[in-house]
Amino acid sequence: MQLFKKLTVINFIGLRKLALIFSIALLAASTYSLSTQGLNYGIDFSGGTKLELAYQQDVSVLDMRATLASSGYPEAVVQHFGSNKDVLIRIPLSPENSDAKVSDDVVKILAASEVGPGAVRSVEFVGPTFGKELFEKGILALVYALIGVMIYVAFRFEWKFSLGSVVALIHDVVITVGLFSILQLEFTLPVLAALLAVIGYSLNDTIVVFDRIRENFRKLRETDTEDTMNVSINQTLPRTILTSLTTLLVLVALFFYGGDALSGFAATLIIGVLIGTYSSIFVASPTVLMLGATAEDLLVEVVEKEGVDQPEHPYTP
Amino acid sequence: MNKNPTWKYLVLLLIVAFGVIYATPNLYQAEPGVQVIGLRNAVVDTNTLERAKRVLETAGVEVKQITLENGKIRARLTSEEAQNTARDVLREKLDDSFAVAATDLPTTPGWLESLGGAPMYLGLDLRGGVHFLMQVDMVAAEKKANDNYYEDIRKLLREEGIRYTGINRQENGAIFLRFKTEELQEQANAAVTTANPELVATTREDNGSFTMQLQLTESAISEIKKAALKKNMLALRNRIDQLGVSEPVIQQQGLDRIVVQLPGVKDPSVAKEILGKTATLQVHLVDEDNTASTVTGRVPSGSKRFYYRDGRPILLQKRILFSGDNIIDASVSIDENGGPAVSITLDSKGANVNSDVTGDNIGNRMAVVYVETLGETKIDSKGNARLVTKEIREVITAPVIRDQLGKRFIINGLDGQNEAKDLSLLLRAGSLAAPVFIIEERTVGPSLGADNIEKGFTSVLYGFLLVLLFMIVFYRVFGLVASFALVLNLVIIVAVLSLLQATLTLPGVAGMVLTVGMAVDANVLIFERIREEIQAGAAPQMSIHRGYDNAFSTIIDANLTTLIAALVLFNFGTGPIQGFAITLSIGIATSMVTAIFVSRILINLFYGGRRLDSLSI
Repeated sequence: MQLFKKLTVINFIGLRKLALIFSIALLAASTYSLSTQGLNYGIDFSGGTKLELAYQQDVSVLDMRATLASSGYPEAVVQHFGSNKDVLIRIPLSPENSDAKVSDDVVKILAASEVGPGAVRSVEFVGPTFGKELFEKGILALVYALIGVMIYVAFRFEWKFSLGSVVALIHDVVITVGLFSILQLEFTLPVLAALLAVIGYSLNDTIVVFDRIRENFRKLRETDTEDTMNVSINQTLPRTILTSLTTLLVLVALFFYGGDALSGFAATLIIGVLIGTYSSIFVASPTVLMLGATAEDLLVEVVEKEGVDQPEHPYTP
Repeated sequence: MNKNPTWKYLVLLLIVAFGVIYATPNLYQAEPGVQVIGLRNAVVDTNTLERAKRVLETAGVEVKQITLENGKIRARLTSEEAQNTARDVLREKLDDSFAVAATDLPTTPGWLESLGGAPMYLGLDLRGGVHFLMQVDMVAAEKKANDNYYEDIRKLLREEGIRYTGINRQENGAIFLRFKTEELQEQANAAVTTANPELVATTREDNGSFTMQLQLTESAISEIKKAALKKNMLALRNRIDQLGVSEPVIQQQGLDRIVVQLPGVKDPSVAKEILGKTATLQVHLVDEDNTASTVTGRVPSGSKRFYYRDGRPILLQKRILFSGDNIIDASVSIDENGGPAVSITLDSKGANVNSDVTGDNIGNRMAVVYVETLGETKIDSKGNARLVTKEIREVITAPVIRDQLGKRFIINGLDGQNEAKDLSLLLRAGSLAAPVFIIEERTVGPSLGADNIEKGFTSVLYGFLLVLLFMIVFYRVFGLVASFALVLNLVIIVAVLSLLQATLTLPGVAGMVLTVGMAVDANVLIFERIREEIQAGAAPQMSIHRGYDNAFSTIIDANLTTLIAALVLFNFGTGPIQGFAITLSIGIATSMVTAIFVSRILINLFYGGRRLDSLSI
């Protein structure tokens, strides 16, 4: 089965103004949401205690909340997850409740109350300074990943391409994080890890297009940058779509079957893959074009390679 | 064209054999067992083995196999109930010097083991257990060291007969001394710095008085911190051994943190209680001469007012006779009234002091002070967190000395059997050099761990099947080849993870799933190139050849950049996230081999060396 029987001839680069408006709108919405309502940080970053308890019988979250409120935890959030037998309790950091003993205390209080003892399925505690530290480290990781990528692409291609790919990556990360802010999805450590994977993925897509542009600069007599980019994007389009599809397939499997622990991770990557696919077509190359890249930029020290002797591609713009 | 040389088949065979051999141990399920190790100086030998055998036999536990290896007894059992019973009876019947832990033992066949085969090492989020990240309070460690120097220097100057007019501690921990004459100042300088080369003295003349400031050198401070961390790790290891945990992980992280992982521990509260405690004992003489000023009034300079647990005051001499550091063994016992007590054994230094002091002070009282440092993180009004430590000193008992004591003695006056148990454990394991605080905890119960394994496995399976189906529908014969490459890729990832014994975490499983989705990218790139060549009118064999050739550099570029992101992730991530980075990196590397090299061999095998009119792509 082939996606397109013939090579597509879509003028992607011609659509760059439209794409620019679209991207700017998304970026604006993201930054607006990030600056006004911010992110819904999970305890990895905000610090605090989170525990999951499993009971043999249905339990009332209202009763449990009341019990905890009267025992020194008025800020406790108690909710069901999965079934009425399972509860998730979150206790934010406060001057009184800022150490790892909170979870033990909560388990004891509940065991002594009417609901009785439940099985502890999981406990997570992150101390006040440590949450901040994890966040800072995460942001640093993102920055280092971007710098590493920039250096590699500058080395393998040229600085305009390097800048183009990083613009596309920042675009992807900001919009993905922005969506987390707009939808107020929980921003956790696995989500941050997924963001780094998004960088890897989106870049993968962009590199494939750049590689083709370089090849075509060398191969085609036509040296008009815009046309070459268009040819290259069209040539790689089936691959771009197919790989995105296979990746999305596994991510959907992960989202639905991987459980709560991985759903945020999968969601980030699903958003990221979609945005990343879009950006590798509509953001990366147009940015390089706007920076004024020409065939000469990549042909400076070209040694005649095998490809040059090969029959010319049927595409004639 | 497109024929395989024989060496390629050999390499393929080797790759497949490697994958299959090292992935196979994962098919054997672990079986329940118990493990006995010796604590401190206790040695597990054939006698212990015989005893353990007898204990299990009497309790009616069916034992599959029981062995003594590397100083560990390991018994393989038939069920989890047998495991629980075995652990409980062994704990009861073997004495305190052995630690018994329930553990799951791998059932890897001997021939696989001899090749270095082992199942993947599962992270705590998959097998269940407790993870703590502990922060060592280095400020306290430094202060403690400075306190010791303060006492030492006073003692030294007294012994040397060098008189000073003032001594005090400064904010930054430095010790400040004042002398009448320059000569005394010089003598003190020489005496102190000879005895303590790690101290730097700054001398000064100030309005006719001669001062000296003593400070620890930077390197001495860093040594103190290193030593505190080391001692804490040792104490934690001892405590964990006492708890009976198999395969605990105790690792230094950075300069002032310790990671503790306790697989299989179901109740984190007990572990938290025991690991974080800084409880120790200090023994002082009671100041019998100034009993009048016990309740109120001026406390004489050599004494200090302490309180019993019920709040009664008592005046003790400041000098510490010996402390928890001098205790080499402690066990729970009962006093003459049947109350809970701890029986203590001292080291030779402690025993000498004890025997001298008690010999000289018959009829006087000796007080045992319980010292515990409690730490709390407080958040100030600006939202910044800081550590606040509070030291609790309580007199638990102050009996009259009736006889000269020596190496052994008993402490009573404890608050119940549990306190006796905890205190004896802590004294046995050794005290912490500086308080530790848990700054991160991640506990996964056994049921959630099993759930996570199942969910992870299901999502890998479904994702995998979907991709296989997709590839076969889109690329037919080529899709089948890509599918084979993908299966092999997954087997090799499992094999590499098993061989490296890298920790597989739940995010690691997610990394595997993602790899499955992205690994076919290389094949998609190649196959699309082949299609392009066909569309351009190239002959089938030529199309295959060029397809592989043209896609190569793109695949390398694309994968290397993803690898950059994965490596950054590995460097900055913590535990579970690193697991993701590991599987992703391994997956990227192996997928290049399978998608380029292996798929080419198969395509050549299928199509190579014959005339073709078309390709099934």
